[in-house]
Amino acid sequence: MKPSRPTDPPRAPAQELIALIRMPAQARDWTLRRWDRILRMARASNVLGRLAYAIEQASLRDQVPERVQFHLVAIERLTRHQREALDWECQHLEDALQGMRLPLVLLKGAAYAKAGLQAAQGRLFGDIDLLVPREALEAVEDTLKMHGWVRDQMDPYDVRYYREWMHELPPMRNLVRGTVIDLHHNILPPSTGHAPDPALLIAASLPIDGTCFRRLADTDLLIHSATHLFHETELKNGLRDLLDLDGLLREFSAASTEFWPALLTRGQALGLARPLALALHCCARLADTPIPEPVRLQALRSAGLSRWRAGLLEALYRRALSPHHELVDTWPMHLARFCLYVRGHALRMPAGRLALHLTRKAWWRMFKSSSRKI
Amino acid sequence: MPDAARLSDLALDEAARLMRAGQLGLQCGPLTLSAKTSLPDVARSVYTLYANHPVEVAPDFSDFHVSVRLPGNLRRFFRAQAHFFVEGEAPFEPLPRVQAPALFEWGLNWVIAAGCHQWINIHAASLERNGRVLILPAPPGSGKSTLCAALALRGWRLLSDELTLLDPHTLMAHALARPINLKNASIELIKAFEPTAVWGQVTYETTRGRVTHLRPPRESVERMRELARPAWVVFPKYVAGAEPMLTPRDKAATFTHFAQNAFNYSVHGERGFDAVGRLVDQCQCYEFEYSQLHDALEVFDWLAEHSDEAQPPH
Repeated sequence: MKPSRPTDPPRAPAQELIALIRMPAQARDWTLRRWDRILRMARASNVLGRLAYAIEQASLRDQVPERVQFHLVAIERLTRHQREALDWECQHLEDALQGMRLPLVLLKGAAYAKAGLQAAQGRLFGDIDLLVPREALEAVEDTLKMHGWVRDQMDPYDVRYYREWMHELPPMRNLVRGTVIDLHHNILPPSTGHAPDPALLIAASLPIDGTCFRRLADTDLLIHSATHLFHETELKNGLRDLLDLDGLLREFSAASTEFWPALLTRGQALGLARPLALALHCCARLADTPIPEPVRLQALRSAGLSRWRAGLLEALYRRALSPHHELVDTWPMHLARFCLYVRGHALRMPAGRLALHLTRKAWWRMFKSSSRKI
Repeated sequence: MPDAARLSDLALDEAARLMRAGQLGLQCGPLTLSAKTSLPDVARSVYTLYANHPVEVAPDFSDFHVSVRLPGNLRRFFRAQAHFFVEGEAPFEPLPRVQAPALFEWGLNWVIAAGCHQWINIHAASLERNGRVLILPAPPGSGKSTLCAALALRGWRLLSDELTLLDPHTLMAHALARPINLKNASIELIKAFEPTAVWGQVTYETTRGRVTHLRPPRESVERMRELARPAWVVFPKYVAGAEPMLTPRDKAATFTHFAQNAFNYSVHGERGFDAVGRLVDQCQCYEFEYSQLHDALEVFDWLAEHSDEAQPPH
C-alpha cells in the first residue's frame, strides 16, 4: 500500500467512512458530535445500512450511544424489509416469466442478494435489473405487461433515448405493488462502442439455486459492477458502488486462486479491460482492497492506461466519491464530479449528440414544472 | 437538557441568524431537528410555530438535518421555486417559492415517516387525556385535523397531528407536539372557535388548497417527553347537519385500516403485524359522525371520563 500523499488530507471523508465500516471498533468511544457527522456522511452516501450491519456484526451495538442506536435500528429494519420485498418481487417475476423458458439473468443488487453474496449485506435495493436475450426482449416486455407491469408516462424524447441508444428499456412499474423493473439487453449502451456481446455473458451465467433466475459468472459480475461505476455520470451512489466492488473482489478472490488471472483474461475477452483496470486501481488505492500489486499493474498495462492517466482518474474519483454533502464539499470535489459527469456522457455517446442531449436536459430543467407531488 | 431555552427566548433576528448557519436545533419530543434556511419567511414561520419548543444552539447530535433553500439554477428568479433537502438529498420535487414555509413542515413529516423505523408510524392524529391516548386516523377530508386542533385547544394534550409514533414493543405513543396543519374552511372554523390561537403564514394554491399551521399549545410542548398508552381509536367523519353519533367499529376493519395506512407497517414485517394487532386489541374502536365541534368535544370528554364503560351514550 502506498503512503498517503501530502496533497491529500490525512483522512478524506470517504476514507473515514470506509475505514469505519471495515473496523467499527474504532468508534467505541466516539463523542455524539463525531457520530452526528459520520451518520450524515453515511446517509448522503447511501451506506448507512452497511455501517449498521458492520456494527451489528462486530457486536458493538450496545457500545454506541442510544441516540445513534435508534438510527441503526431504523436502517436495519428498512434494509431487512427491502430484502424481503426483493424476494417477494422475484417470486412474482418468476411466476410471470418462467414459462417462457428463457435465460433470465439478474443483475446488480438483486443478483448479489439472490446469490447470497456478502456485498448484499446491509445494502438497500432499488429497481430490479434483469438481462434477457436481445431477440426475446419484446416478448418479455409483452409478458410483463400482461402481468401488470406498465411503462411510466414519459415524453417521446425520453422514450426514443431509451429505445435507440440505451442498453435497457424504459423502467416498467407494477401497477399493484409499485415496484420497478429495468429490462436490459446488454450491460452497456451500444452507442458507447464498448458494449460486449451479451451472448457471451448469458452463456457463462450461472443458475441461482431454488429460482428460475441466473446470475453473471463471478468474473462477469465483477466486470459489470466496474463498468457500471466507471461509466456512471452521477456518482451519488459512487461510494456504495465502490464498496460493492470491494466486497465482491474480497469474496471472489478468497474463494478461488484462479480468480485474478481469470478476471483479467475475461476483461480482455469482453472488451472491458479499461473499466476493470480502473476498478482494480481505485479499489486498491481508495478502499484498501487486497489486490495483488502485479494484478493491478497488469490490468493497467493491458488496458493501455498509463500511470499518469490512472493517477489522474484516481485523483478525480477520490474527490468525486466523497459523500455529496455540504459539510465536506469543496470546489475540487465539484470540479471532479463535473469532469466525470462529462466523461460518463462522452463514453456514452458521440460528442454532437452529447451536446444536444445535455442542452435539452438543461432546457427541460428550466421550464418543466414539477410533476411529482409531496 | 433540563434548562434548554425556548425558541421564544431568542429574538427573531437571532433565531433567523442561527437558521442561516444551520445551528438551530429544535427539540420535538424524542427528536432533535436541525433546521437550516436563509429564507426569511421560513425562519419567521418556524419562529412563530415553534415558539414554545426547547432549542439547542449547534447541538452535538441532531436526528435529522433539514434545509429549505432556493435552487442553484435560474429557477431562483424565474418562476421561483424552493427545495427541501435532507442530508443533501431532495426527496421530492421543488414547490413554488411562496410555499416554502409549508414545504418545511411537509418535508419534516416525510423525514420522520420515512426515517424513523424504530417506531411504527401511523398516519393519524393523537392526543392524550388522563394518561390515555386518543388516535384519530383519517382519510383526507374527514375533518381529522380540525377535530385535533379543537381538542388540543380544549385541554387534550397534543401528541401529533399527522404522525402517531408507537414503540413496537410497549405500544407507548411518543409526542412530537408539532404544528397542526389546517386547510380551507377549517382555518376560519378554528379561528372562530379559538380567537387567541396563533397561526403561521397562509399559503394559497397548494395541491391541498389554502393551508396554514397552528402553533401547538404551550402545555403540550412542555409535556412532550411524556409517553402515554393508546386507549381509543376513533374514525371521525364530518357530515353536514349530523347529530353527533359514536358507534363501535369492527376491530378487524380497524386493523386493516392501520395495515394499509401506517407509513411503515410493512417495514416492521411480523413485528408490525403483531404490534398493530395488540394495539387494536387494547383500544376501544369507534366511528364518529359529527357536524359541530362543541358536540364533538362533549363526546370526547365523556369518553375520557368513562373510558372503562363499554357502551357510549346515544
